[in-house]
Amino acid sequence: MSESLNKPSLLYIEADWDFDALKRAYDAIEDIALGDLGLDVYPNQIEVISSEQMLDAYSSHGMPLMYKHWSFGKHFARDQMNYQKGYSGLAYEIVINSNPSIAYLMEDNTMTMQALVMAHASFGHNHFFKNNYLFRQWTDADGILSYLDFAKKYISKCEDEYGLEEVEAVLDAAHSLMDQGVFRYNRPPRLSEADRLAKIAARIKYEETNFNDIWRTLPNIEEPDDEKEERQAEVKNIKLPEENLLYFIEKASPVLRPWQRELVRIVRNIAQYFYPQKQTKVMNEGCATFVHHYIMNALYDRGQISEGAIMEFLHSHSSVVFQPEFDDPRYSGINPYALGFAMMQDIKRICEDPKPEDREWFPDIAGSNNWRDVLKDAWANYRDESFIQQYLSPTVMRDLRMFALSDDAEDSHVEISAIHDDRGFRRVRSQLASMYDLGMHEPNIQVVGADLEGDRELQLHHIVHHGRTLSEKTKDAVLTHIETLWGHEVTLRELDA
Amino acid sequence: MNAFHFIDRRKNPKGKSLGNRQRFLKRARAQIKEAVNKSLRDRSMKEIDKGEKISIPSKSTAEPRFVHDREAGEREMVHPGNKEFSAGDRIKKPPKGAGRGKGKEASDGGEGEDAFQFTLTQDEFLDIFFEDLELPNLIKRSLKEIKAYTLKRAGITVAGSPTNMNLIRTMRNAHGRRLALRRPSTREMNELKERLFELERIAQPDESEIAEKKAILAKLEEMEQRRRWTPFIDPLDLRFNAYEQTPMETTAAVMFCLMDVSGSMGEREKDLAKRFYMLLYLFLKRRYERVEVVFIRHTHHAEEVDEETFFYSRQSGGTVVSTALEKMLEVQKDRFPAHEWNIYVAQASDGFTQSGDAKRCVEMLNESVMPISQYYAYIEILDERELEVFADADSGAELWRAYRALAPQWENFAQTRIARPQDIFPVFRELFAKNAKEAA
Repeated sequence: MSESLNKPSLLYIEADWDFDALKRAYDAIEDIALGDLGLDVYPNQIEVISSEQMLDAYSSHGMPLMYKHWSFGKHFARDQMNYQKGYSGLAYEIVINSNPSIAYLMEDNTMTMQALVMAHASFGHNHFFKNNYLFRQWTDADGILSYLDFAKKYISKCEDEYGLEEVEAVLDAAHSLMDQGVFRYNRPPRLSEADRLAKIAARIKYEETNFNDIWRTLPNIEEPDDEKEERQAEVKNIKLPEENLLYFIEKASPVLRPWQRELVRIVRNIAQYFYPQKQTKVMNEGCATFVHHYIMNALYDRGQISEGAIMEFLHSHSSVVFQPEFDDPRYSGINPYALGFAMMQDIKRICEDPKPEDREWFPDIAGSNNWRDVLKDAWANYRDESFIQQYLSPTVMRDLRMFALSDDAEDSHVEISAIHDDRGFRRVRSQLASMYDLGMHEPNIQVVGADLEGDRELQLHHIVHHGRTLSEKTKDAVLTHIETLWGHEVTLRELDA
Repeated sequence: MNAFHFIDRRKNPKGKSLGNRQRFLKRARAQIKEAVNKSLRDRSMKEIDKGEKISIPSKSTAEPRFVHDREAGEREMVHPGNKEFSAGDRIKKPPKGAGRGKGKEASDGGEGEDAFQFTLTQDEFLDIFFEDLELPNLIKRSLKEIKAYTLKRAGITVAGSPTNMNLIRTMRNAHGRRLALRRPSTREMNELKERLFELERIAQPDESEIAEKKAILAKLEEMEQRRRWTPFIDPLDLRFNAYEQTPMETTAAVMFCLMDVSGSMGEREKDLAKRFYMLLYLFLKRRYERVEVVFIRHTHHAEEVDEETFFYSRQSGGTVVSTALEKMLEVQKDRFPAHEWNIYVAQASDGFTQSGDAKRCVEMLNESVMPISQYYAYIEILDERELEVFADADSGAELWRAYRALAPQWENFAQTRIARPQDIFPVFRELFAKNAKEAA
């Protein structure tokens, strides 16, 4: 210990952090991340916050600029209780997919934790956000912060203008359709269409300048004719069936007023923004975990952090990637950190030190020694489902002792369909991959008809796969919400695929 | 790497979610209130105002989404940690509902029927509890009829008692005046006097010396005169510190709980009384910095006891209500002087007392108790069947009828009847309703 304390190369000695030490650590981490790993990141902005502020950020999707809604308060109430009673800790960090990338460090962290978090969030997640095809195509990192700012202001203005209850009714209803409010196959338009936002601003301004108290008792200003025509033209272009319920409602609902359409649109845009994150949990966390693990070890190898620090790091790293077994009381599904990290470490091993089995399974990368390129390619071009299908190796399946289970609700037994042996590897792998296919998880609900000229009934179909029908408990509640937005009857039929 | 990459946000306002939290509480208000009222029943009086973990049914705050029914269809899963399974094994499913682990997988909005659990802060808890409740004329009473005073500095005046003289101000004024009126200083005069002595000591003074002597004498004469009409300190210079009597708000309250514990008061009656006292305690706690509670129980004689004994031990004997009032006055004189304490009295009884005693009670209340009390509440605990009989406010047990005479005279006196737990809250509200007239 005394030897290491004297090492001039150490970035920090004390467990407490200060801004100078953060800066030294950041520079050293950046050197490894860019120079050694060759990551490609958005500029970083790192903000230090207190634990209360972390709780705040937590409950509104981790976004710094979320509009106000009671459901965030509900999550806050629960998170706060769990935190204060010690049932759960707080995340060490939150990172936002924006340009510049914003990462939050909690002030209670030790210096080693801050270094870990910077490596994890500011380089791992940041690289993933910037390079993964889903994020590149489907989200707009440049526009998100200004869009959220717009949304927040717009919604609070609506609350002033039309009342909290009115706004809440629309948001509640729209929130219930967030899972059905994304485009899965065609690319959504950019958020920051400057001209459209300018149009909204101009309209608000116009309403303000023409404000006349006498007219306040009249119904809200109707949609201008030109916009209505434009919207109806868009409706005609929608080809049924349409999977994006929120989009369809926003455009075609016969009862929504312009500001209500805008609210639906805001919720839809936010759902769309988070959609890639739902599809890349394993990869995103795996990437960040792999990067922080590599960087922290490199720092240690270069003599820049002490033995004490690396021990502290390993302790928290191993709790992050801990995977309880299925019969453990702590088990709650597969830990995306554990799976992602294990797979990426294994890719590195396959490239550097392949076993004969690996040469058979991964002929093009085994022994190629270019794990940096292989990983970067994977991070850029896959999502969880395809990544697992492509890269889950027998070694990882064996290490985690994975087994596949078939469960038919009609049957009184479950069946083990495959285990981690030569006969079962491929089946386990494709079943695990399908577990990460959102198309399988989230009910596939489509608009099949809306008689806009006639009785305006909105017809929805749920395409049932493998007999998995909708839960009755929530179905009616959601349908009620849809009726709020649609204003006329809504029917939902469940059809076998 | 530049320094601006790091931003210290710790000083930024926290509690960004507070607004959202309030929206949530507002939305779930009705259910939260019910949960709060329910939780009151299991608490001891003094710990009642802690923060409270409550669960509410998540009906009104559900965030429903379309989800698959977990009990239908086929699904394939992969789990880690295989120990003994091989392909083709069949395992019996656990009975429905007992499946461990699966429950946790349920996502955010799915669990429609579950209770939602969270912690209310102390303030939120009590605010909900005391929603639109207020003691009658509370503001008037606690701000107008103030009984204690304190002296406060109120600047400088030109008149006052010598003890309050502000020396610095006075001397400064005197000094300025002396300079302005050119009062000759003592030093100057002493110098002249010394010179005069020197001149007088000369045996045979010459012309010039005699002239000088004369001049000095004249000068001294003039100086003396000048000093006479510019005194060292003039009444004009005097300044005094001014004090004003400022009314002091009494921030401490004492609450006397009087209860009949004779045989006629059973567990049920005591339990009802306890709830009423709890409410009163909470209410006072909310408004005063310090609240003391004195428990006085009585049969045919009264004694001060602790909470446990008060509510849970039994005693037999007759019933003489006035002994409790005597005891209360004794304790009050001893430890709670009326000018320092706001005095609240809550009396619970089944309404029976020795014949003739009711009259004595009324006398005591009129003469000694009511004048010093902020509020006196009498609650009569009835059998549920009796409630019908006594629906008319004028009929009732002896004490009730006797007390009826007090209400018109004393605005801060209230009496009411309780038969069931659910009566307490409305009755409490009525007693302390914003508009006390309605209750009377």
